[in-house]
Amino acid sequence: MTAREEILARVAAAGASPVVAERTPVTASPREREAIVAQFAEYAADYKANVVRVGPEGVAEAVAGLLSGRVLVAPDLPLDWLEFAPPAVEPAEDGEPFPPVPSPPEGRGGIAFVRDDGLTTAELDATDAVLTLCSVAIAETGTVVLDAGMGQGRRAMTLVPDHHVVIVPVERIVDTVPEAVARLAAAVREGRPLTWISGPSATSDIELSRVEGVHGPRRLDVVIVG
Amino acid sequence: MSGGGVHPARPFREAAQDTLADAQMRRNLRHATTTIREKRKRAVAELPDWEALRVAGAAIKDEALSRLGELLPQLEEAVAKAGGTVHWARDAEEACGIVAKIAQAHGAWEVVKVKSIATDEIELNQALEAKGIHAVETDLAELICQLGEDRPSHILVPAIHRNRAEVRDLFRAKLGADLPTDEPAALAGAARAYLREKFLTTKVAVSGANFAVAETGTVGVVESEGNGRMCLTLPEVLITVMGIEKILPRWEDVATFLRLLPRSSTAERMNPYTSMWTGVRKGDGPREFHLVLLDAGRTDVLADPVGRQTLRCIRCSACLNVCPVYERAGGHAYGSVYPGPIGAILTPQLLGMHDDHANTLPYASSLCGACYDVCPVRIDIPEVLIYLRGKTGHALSERAAMKAVAWAMGDPGRFRLAIRLARRGQGPLVHDGTIRWLPGMLGGWTSVRDAPALPNRSFRELWKERKEGRGE
Repeated sequence: MTAREEILARVAAAGASPVVAERTPVTASPREREAIVAQFAEYAADYKANVVRVGPEGVAEAVAGLLSGRVLVAPDLPLDWLEFAPPAVEPAEDGEPFPPVPSPPEGRGGIAFVRDDGLTTAELDATDAVLTLCSVAIAETGTVVLDAGMGQGRRAMTLVPDHHVVIVPVERIVDTVPEAVARLAAAVREGRPLTWISGPSATSDIELSRVEGVHGPRRLDVVIVG
Repeated sequence: MSGGGVHPARPFREAAQDTLADAQMRRNLRHATTTIREKRKRAVAELPDWEALRVAGAAIKDEALSRLGELLPQLEEAVAKAGGTVHWARDAEEACGIVAKIAQAHGAWEVVKVKSIATDEIELNQALEAKGIHAVETDLAELICQLGEDRPSHILVPAIHRNRAEVRDLFRAKLGADLPTDEPAALAGAARAYLREKFLTTKVAVSGANFAVAETGTVGVVESEGNGRMCLTLPEVLITVMGIEKILPRWEDVATFLRLLPRSSTAERMNPYTSMWTGVRKGDGPREFHLVLLDAGRTDVLADPVGRQTLRCIRCSACLNVCPVYERAGGHAYGSVYPGPIGAILTPQLLGMHDDHANTLPYASSLCGACYDVCPVRIDIPEVLIYLRGKTGHALSERAAMKAVAWAMGDPGRFRLAIRLARRGQGPLVHDGTIRWLPGMLGGWTSVRDAPALPNRSFRELWKERKEGRGE
């Protein structure tokens, strides 16, 4: 008997009669949008994320204010809305990780966007920050979820750099965890990986003192738009 | 060497005598458990329908356990379809063999690990070590335990028995870290530097799993530090070892458990990072994914209609944090990687009640029931404790005594007489209103407890006098 056959035989012999749990269907929260957005902002900040809220016309300014140096972005993140942005740079051939950061236009801080087109881990490590969109954000817990969808990139991209700036349009904020899980179902069925982020990394392993920033970005900026 | 297996080396009472004497451990543990108890209450109070959530969690787990025969193949198919490989392991040895074989096939002499109690249970690190493969623990507490050659003493905060000065000394000695201070931030910084190099260069990673969804083949790891994300994303090969009871039927069920687990374990609304992945994905994460489904006694527990609920456990450790016995005796007294109330029922069921050390664990309880109150999946731990106690062998003298007591209590007249006799006979044993010593078999009770003396009137007698006094 293979291990599989034996284990399944033992399961069958255990004689548990199948039951099906009742599931409550997920309904959209009746709460007011403003309350939901405000709670998301509050709870995300509770976890030591820096949270700012801007109107659509203020995003470029807000993002520019938060970033400097080499900023990693997903290959499919549109950059034209960041009207000050210089074109994205490619890694150099000669062993230098990247060409020097171009001088800032119009007095903005020096930012060079780098597309994550199959960069090596060492190249990811040589960046200063990563900028992404998100799939859904959750007010109940102050969580942002990435699902490898548009503008979010592969998982290593938001893991290796020390600073992560995530843009959260208000329409992507839901109230509860069940609502978020429902919204993510399509991505999951497509086989896309999910990363749920609730603040920068933390540990309480030494005498239960909470210490931020062990692995993963030690600085998390959340830009709520709308 | 982290990992400690599930075979207690001593009976609980004997082990506890030693651990009770460790004042530092008790201080750390009392501080930790008291802090987290209060936090948990607040976290749980935030959700309007916590009880309904517990009921839902228990129901989903019961469904999963009752349909394992269907769900395990469904999970296997979904994972395979997404490019992963599923392996089945009947016992610890087989599981370790599978992991070693995969690592060796990739020429890996070092692997990075995310904390996984299941891999501690099967003593994976030792098994790999014996084959020349070094498993680097990347969870800060597990790293501390590994460097200190210790066994974890708590499911969630495994190094709680160590204080910061000890950790600093350990890091200095074993990592060569330059640490002038023992501030937790500096200690974590030293660990980060050491481990980052490992993450960026190691080829094979081993993890556990908090859940796997049968419907979609999606596996999830809930963590705080980011070492999970590192291990699950950067290496080329990922091997996940998961107990078969961790399966969830549907994708939507993830919502219930993501609400129950963080609030019950770290008492947060949500833990910092949760990763979920399905098989492999080109250009994003490991090229190869292996899921090792572990039985190792779980099908035995499944076969027991009363004990089966034990398998609902989501390893939150809420029960540890409220248990008066655990708080004082500490995790090491249980001799297993599963300590506390859940350990007291899971360890003996995995091993079988014939195990002479494990079968003392159901007695490591005052049956206060606090564990049942906090369990997010409503495992009736007291019920299972008593049930398991019934399965231990009892000496003829004890059985005879119990029969006698049952006889005396079986009739009101006999009971009243028994009380009167006891009251008269207790005289020489009473000092300052308490009885600190009883002879013979009864001494088992008084060796660790003081009994109050029987008062000169029982409640019934007082009540009767009162009624007669009022002429009723």
